Amino acid sequence: MALKGAEIMKMLPKTNCKECGCATCFAFAMKLATGGVKLDDCPYIDPEVKAELEGAMAPPMKLVTIGAGQNAMVIGEEEVMFRHEKTFFHEPGIAVLISDKESEPDIDEKLARVKDLRFERIGNVLKVNLLALSNDSGDGGTFETLVKKAYETTDFPFILISEDTDILFSAAAMCADRRPLVYPVTNENVSASIPKLKELGLPAGVKGESLDEVIAVTSQLKDAGVEECVIDPGSRNMLDGIRDQTLIRRAALKKGFRPLGYPTMTFPCFMCRDKYEEALAASALMTKYAGIVVTSLTEKEFIFPLLVHRFNIYSDPRRPMTVEEKVYEVSQPDENSPILISTNYALDFFIVSGAIEEANIPAFLCIKDTGGIGVLAAWTSGKFTGEAIAEFFKKYDVENKVKHKKLIIPGVAKKLKDELEEELPSWEILLGPSEASDIPKFLSEEWKV
Amino acid sequence: MTYEAPLEKHPVNIREVVLGEGEKAQKIGGENTFPFHSFEGSLPNPPGLALEVLDMQPENWATWALDPFKDVSSDPVEWARKGVEEYGAEILCLRLLSTDPMGMDAAPEEAAKTVRKIVDSLNIPLIVLGTGTEDKDSKVLIEVARACSGKNLLLGPVLKGNYQEIAKAALEHGHAIVAQASMDANLTKELNIALCKFFPPEKIVVDPTSSALGYGMEYTFSIIESIKQFGLVDKDKMMQMPVFADIGIECWRTKEARESAEQGILWEATTGMTFLLAGANLVVFRHPEALRLIKSMISY
Ligand code: SF4
Repeated sequence: MALKGAEIMKMLPKTNCKECGCATCFAFAMKLATGGVKLDDCPYIDPEVKAELEGAMAPPMKLVTIGAGQNAMVIGEEEVMFRHEKTFFHEPGIAVLISDKESEPDIDEKLARVKDLRFERIGNVLKVNLLALSNDSGDGGTFETLVKKAYETTDFPFILISEDTDILFSAAAMCADRRPLVYPVTNENVSASIPKLKELGLPAGVKGESLDEVIAVTSQLKDAGVEECVIDPGSRNMLDGIRDQTLIRRAALKKGFRPLGYPTMTFPCFMCRDKYEEALAASALMTKYAGIVVTSLTEKEFIFPLLVHRFNIYSDPRRPMTVEEKVYEVSQPDENSPILISTNYALDFFIVSGAIEEANIPAFLCIKDTGGIGVLAAWTSGKFTGEAIAEFFKKYDVENKVKHKKLIIPGVAKKLKDELEEELPSWEILLGPSEASDIPKFLSEEWKV
Repeated sequence: MTYEAPLEKHPVNIREVVLGEGEKAQKIGGENTFPFHSFEGSLPNPPGLALEVLDMQPENWATWALDPFKDVSSDPVEWARKGVEEYGAEILCLRLLSTDPMGMDAAPEEAAKTVRKIVDSLNIPLIVLGTGTEDKDSKVLIEVARACSGKNLLLGPVLKGNYQEIAKAALEHGHAIVAQASMDANLTKELNIALCKFFPPEKIVVDPTSSALGYGMEYTFSIIESIKQFGLVDKDKMMQMPVFADIGIECWRTKEARESAEQGILWEATTGMTFLLAGANLVVFRHPEALRLIKSMISY
């Protein structure tokens, strides 16, 4: 729970000695509450009080890092129940499940396929982020072979899964530099796991059959100094999963209940009757707070919707969605191809470029930076006027991209047409359709050089 | 620290709206909690899942979107029948695309005749949608209201510019309406307030307009969530109407849905599931497989 400045003030020395750089203890307290200064800046706080303050000021949900280096996956530290209250911060990890019972060629093929599950969308890379390696064979050697292969041929962070605690930790020791998440840490094996988790410095995947069991395990880990946990409350159907995720998030954020203040992991791969259901359950659980979803899906048709879904739900509602300003080439246009212009509002861009692709007529799509606002609002605020577009034409040398002089503008911008006829007198300005979905029809019927 | 499940109770309910009449009538809404939160509240009615039917031959549909209906797609009555008998739809949504003033521009009387035929031959709850063109829709929907008097259709979209005429006809002939306000919870509320001056709130379903996965789905998601919060947590009476989401038309126009049958079905089902999780009470699907999937997942 965040502390207020006044509450912090009560715990400070109140000498106003200024050594922290603040004029008074009160000023220091206010700054501390908003994160402007660090506790360490005051040399006079009593160590016990300091520990208490640190605890009270820590975010209600722990940040957990799985993996190391640039592929590390960071989850947790979420602040809200509903994304419109602020935003969701850390995209959940999508982990592909690979069993050591699968045949070698199957494993090789899967590893290769998972590496290819990367897609570009408005300048963002959407990809699968984890491998969940599962010791279903019960054999230590077989599991280590799988872990070794995944370690050597990919750079994904891992979740290591084994019911045998010895096998689990000897595999973990092999790839400890990659900081795997070890799973499951349960009521039964928690005491045996603690020294190994600490020695290797790894996060714990805590599993309980109920939230009470989870709480018992996370409390024990916390007391022993294992700070990073990911919780699996044991739910094995979608609706139970949603219930558990909701209660965990609420207990952490609204009640400040620390033993549940961790990100969660869920297993849509064990909840469903077929691939479609699994993809849907995975997206539903990501919508409802999962920190990791473990899936057995590797086909593009099933994974891609999931990746786009995560991208949507975790986009920041406080920021307008934008794309880069430039002249986009849709399906390799040439000097006789049409030129269209629109704003850099990402949804406009998507819909318009999608419609051009659908029309099967290559085109240049000029995207003018309007700060992410749509055509009419941008026109009103001077960012999508005749003058602004004439400047854009100069800046990007649009004239020399084509032989013709015809520009297609959004159909809603009727007044823009007059302005452009004045600003770009040698160009013919064509008023396009008001609905992007009519662009294919418009291009195939109206476009002639 | 002892754990006590942080359950939340709300002393109010989302309004219950009845669709259709007779023994096949269905109720939507009525819950006093967030979607699927049966662990802390009551959800007396499962979400309504409707299947879309066009009143004319579809143009430009992906093959796999049309496939389930390709033998009946030129006959809306047979299309509707197949939707019910073969694909198990319990609610239909007839889109009167033929009346589009930019397209065929069919006369209101023609469209109303088709609606009447479907009502007479199937007698299941029916949503009837115009094309979103204020003038034309008000002529068409008033004619439909008259032709199907007493059948308790759900007519829409009712917009700021035509709500008075359409709601008046709906009231006179005993129908419910879909009040549509685009992507803004405040506009939804404003339209409800205007309507409730003369129209019964228990006959209103609200449509904040839908966007597809990858094309603004998150906006719709968050607006539905905020409408539900206003209704349940802030107890705002003008925000307690069930929420409607018309997703098939949006999903199937995306290039991703047109890429493959699997991806298309998932594109629609994922969008639908997301809106149900936000709190949508009535969702219109285009592909029977997307509808079936959602139905089987939310009822086990
Ligand atoms: S250093 Fe500590 S005691 Fe001195 S003014 Fe700052 S907060 Fe107060």
